[in-house]
Order: sequence, then C-alpha cells, then structure tokens
Amino acid sequence: MNIPVYLDYSATTPCDPRVVERMLPYFTDTFGNAASRSHAFGWTAEAAVERAREQVAELIGAHPKEVLWTSGSTEANNLAIKGTAEMYREKGNHLITAITEHKAVLDPMKRLESQGFEITWLPVDSEGRVDLAQLAAAITEKTLLVSLMAANNEIGTLHPLKEIGALCKQKGVLFHTDATQAVGRIPLDVEAQHIDLMSLSAHKFYGPKGVGALYVRRRSPRVRLSAQMDGGGHERGMRSGTLNVPGVVGMGAAAELARVEMPVETERLRQLRDRLEARLLRDNPDAAVNGDRERRLPNLTNVSFPYVEGESLIMGIKEVAVSSGSACTSASLEPSYVLKGLGLGDERAHSSIRFSVGRFTTEAEVDFAAERVTAEVKRLREMSPLWEMVQEGIDLSQVKWTTH
Amino acid sequence: MAYNDKVLDHYQNPRNVGALDKNAPDVGTGVVGAPECGDVMKLQIQVAPNGTILDAKFKTYGCGSAIASSSLATEWLKGSTIAKAEQIKNTQIVQELALPPVKIHCSVLAEDAIKAAIEDWRKKQATTQGAAKA
Ligand SMILES: Cc1ncc(COP(=O)(O)O)c(C=O)c1O
Repeated sequence: MNIPVYLDYSATTPCDPRVVERMLPYFTDTFGNAASRSHAFGWTAEAAVERAREQVAELIGAHPKEVLWTSGSTEANNLAIKGTAEMYREKGNHLITAITEHKAVLDPMKRLESQGFEITWLPVDSEGRVDLAQLAAAITEKTLLVSLMAANNEIGTLHPLKEIGALCKQKGVLFHTDATQAVGRIPLDVEAQHIDLMSLSAHKFYGPKGVGALYVRRRSPRVRLSAQMDGGGHERGMRSGTLNVPGVVGMGAAAELARVEMPVETERLRQLRDRLEARLLRDNPDAAVNGDRERRLPNLTNVSFPYVEGESLIMGIKEVAVSSGSACTSASLEPSYVLKGLGLGDERAHSSIRFSVGRFTTEAEVDFAAERVTAEVKRLREMSPLWEMVQEGIDLSQVKWTTH
Repeated sequence: MAYNDKVLDHYQNPRNVGALDKNAPDVGTGVVGAPECGDVMKLQIQVAPNGTILDAKFKTYGCGSAIASSSLATEWLKGSTIAKAEQIKNTQIVQELALPPVKIHCSVLAEDAIKAAIEDWRKKQATTQGAAKA
C-alpha cells in the first residue's frame, strides 16, 4: 500500500500506464502538426487525432465530427456557454443553470450576466437535484441554453439527463451538460439523452491533464458556436490552435479503455465506495452522507462528521488524500457553495469530506482510510466543545452563538 | 496548504485540552464563535484569589490554526495573572504561530475567548463578593 492513500479521484486521476504508452511516440517520433497537410509527419498526426476523435465519440454515442478538442472542461464549458450565447444573441438573451454547477459553468454565466444576458440560477433540493417542473417553468421564448451537469463534483448527485434533454428538445432550447465527473463512470449517450453540447476532461478518466473535448451536435438541431479562440481556424474554426496531439491521443486511448472496462470497473468502484461509506457511518456516530445515496456517481461519497471541522480532520489524516467542503481549504472562508446549496446548514458543510475511489484503489486502502479517519474524528471530538455539549444533552441549535 | 511547524505541533500535541468545572466560583469560562462559521472555542481559567491563573483548559472546534491558537493561549495563560492575560493581543498569536492572513480570524477568536473567560470569572467574583457582603 502506498502512503498517502489517494482517495481524491474526483479531483484528478493518474494517467493509466496503457494511455501513457500510446502517447509516448507522439512526443518524439511522430511529432507532426496535425494541421500540416503537405507531408507525412502531418498526415500521421492527423490520422492519430481522428482515431482519437472516434474513440471519444464512441464513448458518448456521438459522431466523430461532433467532437471538438479543447484544453479541458473549463474551456469546453466556456465555449459551449459563451459560444451559444454569442451565436444566438438575435434569438434570445436567457440561459438557465443551477447553483451547484462547477465554477467553470457559473463564472461564464456570470460574465454573460454582466454583459446583459439574463441567467436563471435554479436552486436544488436537499439531495442536490433541480426540480424538472421548476426548470420547465423557467424556460421562456428568450431561452437559448440550459446547462446542467451530469454529475456533481462534490456530492456525486446525478441529474436525469434524459428527462432534461427531452424537455429542452420539446421546448426548442439547447441543452449543455458538463459531464466532466460522469465520463467513464456512468454510461452516457448524447442521442438517447438528447444532449446538444457536452464537456469532457481527459484527466478525470485516466487520460492526461490539459486536454478535453466539447461534443457539439451536428444534426437536429445543428448547433453553431461563436469561437472563443480565434486564429488558424483549427477544429472547423470553432477552436483555433495547434492540437496537443499526444494529449489528444491519450484522451482517445483513455476513452476506449473507459468504454471497454466501465461495466466491470463501475461495479468494483461501487463496492469499494460502499465498503468505505458503511465503515465510516458504522464507526462514527452522527456521520451522514451528503447528496443522493441512490442516484449518484459510483465512486464518490461525501460524508459529514459533525462536531469536527473538515480542514482539521484533513490535517490529521495526512496518510489519506481527500478533499473537504470546509471553508478553510479555500481562501474565501466560505464553506462549499454546493453543500450550502443543499440547505443543510453551514455546519454540515464545514464538517464534510469528499472521498472518491478509482481504478487503482484497493480494499486494503479503503479499510486503512476508514480506520485513520475514524481514529482522527475520535481524537478531534474529544477536543471539540460541540461534542462535549452534545454529550451533556445540549441542543446545539438552541445555543446562542457569538458570530464574528 | 502547507502548515507551519508550530501550528502542526500544537495540532498534534495540543496543550491543556479538557474541561474545568464551569460552575466552580474560581473558574471563568468563555465560549466564542459559531458552528456555522466553522469555529467554536471554549476556554477556561481557574484563578487564585490573588489573580494568578492556576490552570487553563480549552476545547476547540475549528481548523488546525484555530486549535493551535487556543492551545497556545492556554500555555500563555497558565501561571500568568489576570492583569497580564488581559494584555494578550491576537497579533502576538499571529506572530508566534506565523499565521497567514486567511487564518488571522483564528487568533482574534482566541483573544475573544480569553476576554470572555476573564469576564465570566469577574462576574462570578462580583456575585460571590456581593453575596458575602449581604
Ligand atoms: C464538474 C467539473 N467541471 C469542470 C471541471 C474543470 O475541468 P478542467 O480543470 O479539466 O478544465 C471540473 C474539474 O475539477 C469538474 O469537476
């Protein structure tokens, strides 16, 4: 077992060695520019890029021509959101999203808002899901785009893409989904789920960092985008810039592995996650899972350990790499807006830890993590005035706190 | 975020964790902060009639820097006097623990906790003296 144990696969994954192997020749031997049309170096690179496009397309049920390379999901989200808003400005000025989206969706939306677009920020229920009736009611004649994530990066809650897609199709608005966390972890199908735009990032499914893709629907409807990166006209003019050929090849290889191995891998990850979660809940009184326990990513659990602050817990479990919804891990002092968005109270957000398992996680690692966390929660609770009060039978919600 | 060695030391080996009898007439208790804000400190002092702080204990819910700030505070309080304790400033805690700007509020909270504990002790003194006179 390697210490620290890595349980933060939702932040990023290591490259699968099989992916690296396929990438390597494209750094040195077949290093051509995929846009070079005049010689074999370019043709070889282009063929590799097109093969990767097929691999990514196949994973999501798309046509290869509908896959556009980007530097990751951040860029894909920006292109999808700003690109449609600018392209269809004549048709409307309204976009819809939810408060629990990743910053890479929220911030492009905020920028559009500052430029005069109208944005509807849908709330979510206590499990992190938008209400479809509320979504339907929010769509107007001026609505251009609905952007709702496939799976939430903090709590793993899945949105019902098929239902949302059908609703958008029926109302004649475009549907973008940030599928960064879902790709390779749950099956996705842009046709069956009526998705018009989808963001992907290779490093979340054992590909390299700094490469991603945007799926852009080509038929019924044909989606057009206003480019956000102007230049040599690469990627059919929608995203200029010399392609990161080794990265693209890696993303393709990772997509193929994900497609082939997902059925078996998903089940294995689910079992590891469930084992971890069961132990944490069994051994830590009052611990609670945040989000939806049924319809969520198979590899992730977000657990609150009441009376213990998340950052101090993370500090105590140096042997386990996880992330926290606590304020102190960010510069803002605000706890996670996703957990706050669930309406469960800020204390729960401050006490939360996200555990995410992945391809290289073992049962021994999960057991070790559960033991370490439990021991540290115990130690910190003995140091916690909140725990002491609860033991004395005091109802914390009735205490008059001195907020500062 | 990487932690300063002193913060780590207090976090791993906190000094004076525990509780004193909050109903005892010579014990002052201060509880400051709020769970929604991510930190709550409880600081207690036991004071001799001459104003010497005989003992100090804390319990803290909060990040490592909050724990370290309160642990350090109890170290400084123990064996000190009420008069000196009143002079403790959060900036001294910031300096001693080399707290970064985002953690300064932890030191402020520790100073508040010291003040609150002294105030509680004072109040008790006033009522016991009042009771003695009556
Ligand atoms: C849901 C979601 N969207 C977007 C991103 C951004 O991806 P990248 O940093 O690869 O651009 C992430 C990664 O943290 C994510 O989890």
